[in-house]
Amino acid sequence: MILGKVIGSVWSTKKDESLVGSKFLIVRQLDLEFKELGSFTIAVDSVGAGDGEIVLIATGSSARQTTITKNKPVDAVVMAIVDKLDIHKRPEAAGAKN
Amino acid sequence: MYVAKVIGNVWATKKYEALHGSKMLIIQPLNGNYEHVGEPIVAIDTAGAGAGEYVLYISASEAVIPLPVDFAPVDASIVGVIDSIYHD
Repeated sequence: MILGKVIGSVWSTKKDESLVGSKFLIVRQLDLEFKELGSFTIAVDSVGAGDGEIVLIATGSSARQTTITKNKPVDAVVMAIVDKLDIHKRPEAAGAKN
Repeated sequence: MYVAKVIGNVWATKKYEALHGSKMLIIQPLNGNYEHVGEPIVAIDTAGAGAGEYVLYISASEAVIPLPVDFAPVDASIVGVIDSIYHD
């Protein structure tokens, strides 16, 4: 999933009829310091996300795996509203250097 | 299937109902030489990966397969914790 921020919404009366009732949010991708990256996408809302909220979006065919977007022409869905990010600052784990 | 490093986690109480109880980790995709590839993403963890560990993850709609539910909007999930990588 991609971290993003809801920066607006899109209204469209003339659209694929299966999309009637869907809310289209404009989501700008963010980096981990919440800095806005260049790209944005239009995602269907499935959790009631509001303007300015930090969210997660699922893209591709996974976006159709909700009751709201099933069998609809949707390739991005807002599926979580982020409360907090924990970025691990610990030193490099022993890890698997070969 | 891709390689990544666990660099954080996400707390999200309000999420798609089928995802309640699932662990969301922030992972940095890597290439075979542990170099960063692109921006970090968020993946659902079902393999019990911890902070700083190297993991295998899958993307696209197959990502929902490891989850206890079969219908959820997930496009990345961790399927394994890497012990070591060998390549010539």
